[in-house]
Amino acid sequence: MNKAAGPRLGEPASLWRMRIVPVATVMIASALPLMLPLVASSPVLPPLGLLFFLCWQLLRTEMWPVWIGLPLGLWDDLYSGQPIGTAIGLWTLASLAIHYSSQRIYWRGFWHDWIIAALLVAIIQSLAALIAHPGAGTGRVLGLVLPQIVISILLVPLVMRLTGKFDNLRLRRR
Amino acid sequence: MVRPAHRRPGQSRKAQYSLFAAYVVAVTGAVAGLLLAILSVVDPVGFAQLRIASQEVAAPVARASRSVIGSISGIDDSVSAYVRAGSQNRRLRKELAETRRQLVATSSLQEENRQLKGLLALQETDKAAVANGYLLTSTSTSSKRIALLSIGRNLGVTAGQPVRGADGLIGRVLSSGPSVSQVLLLTDVDNIVPVRRARDGLPALANGRGNGDLDVRTLNIANNPFKPGDILVTSGTGGLYPPNIPVAIVVRRQNDGALARPLADPAKVDAVSVLRPYTPDNIEAQRARPAATPGDAP
Repeated sequence: MNKAAGPRLGEPASLWRMRIVPVATVMIASALPLMLPLVASSPVLPPLGLLFFLCWQLLRTEMWPVWIGLPLGLWDDLYSGQPIGTAIGLWTLASLAIHYSSQRIYWRGFWHDWIIAALLVAIIQSLAALIAHPGAGTGRVLGLVLPQIVISILLVPLVMRLTGKFDNLRLRRR
Repeated sequence: MVRPAHRRPGQSRKAQYSLFAAYVVAVTGAVAGLLLAILSVVDPVGFAQLRIASQEVAAPVARASRSVIGSISGIDDSVSAYVRAGSQNRRLRKELAETRRQLVATSSLQEENRQLKGLLALQETDKAAVANGYLLTSTSTSSKRIALLSIGRNLGVTAGQPVRGADGLIGRVLSSGPSVSQVLLLTDVDNIVPVRRARDGLPALANGRGNGDLDVRTLNIANNPFKPGDILVTSGTGGLYPPNIPVAIVVRRQNDGALARPLADPAKVDAVSVLRPYTPDNIEAQRARPAATPGDAP
């Protein structure tokens, strides 16, 4: 057993890499919008952290425990500007929904994934906006986030592809 | 997507319990999270320090990306300046001559104004800012309009101070950290600014729409007095924003007021000043200061 000799044939991927890559992609995607020099006058950027979170769960439902939305949601709340707790609650409910759907629909295809992600993004972004502005009119708040929801839904396949790439990186053998 | 292999944990009690526990943790956590969210809507200051800490982490990256992308976006300006150099030069010469004439006229007026004010013993409120900084970035994925200001408690910025750019009001400081602070922009849905029409002093309230525009409503008049092109300035009512800071220009009339566009665009503004809140003790302090040190009075 000489470990220094380098990678062994058929050796599985590093356990650390398997665990860190998904969490790191979601965390970076959550923090990225606040790191761009963009002072937006309306919610223009899609919620990248949420999209990656949903896509990882749709791609690998078994990978994370169902409570993973609690820490990742807290991280997203710190960077998104939403009241702290919004993403903690809504993301966890979303992962419960994905786990439930994966029990009901055994063979999910591309369209299933897209529809589930689209519904969840629309519900989460609307509820988050309503929580953030309890005093304002419902119609106006929803009108505010509608363009963002549309952009996010159109971006789901792209993010799914990216997640797949990261998944390959995650599982690549040494 | 392949069919999940290990949906049921099988006969193992331990595996069944741990799966069950994960669901219990998730549901409890989700409910607690939503309660926390409602709590932090009611009391936004309570969790501000936690958020500021994370933004202190993001700020250096934002500073770096701002310096890089800021210089890139300047390139097209410099190129077009070269292309249009000749006509621009002619136009600028003409403007310069005109401005000189106006300046002469204005300076005499200014002198007259100064003498009259001296006669009336009126003091201009101190326009000096607490500090100057620039807007680094903003929450561009959320429906909240919060921008990150490049200065914090290190330069005396505290919560509740108004922030203005050269063109007009930007917003107010929501919370401040050691080296960055959060600014609630004018256009946030929850930001209400008492304004008045510059022309005749008609009082109104400007309320953000969240999409870059403002709703303006009068306080007491039944018919709609606004016309496109009306300039709105802060009125000083409410004791936060000092009076006479330009706020917005009316774009269009609406059923219950008008739609206005902020005069200072946070996306384009370069430097911003943090001012003192317009509270009685601050006003008194500023009145007292020129008397104590007459040398730096304006």
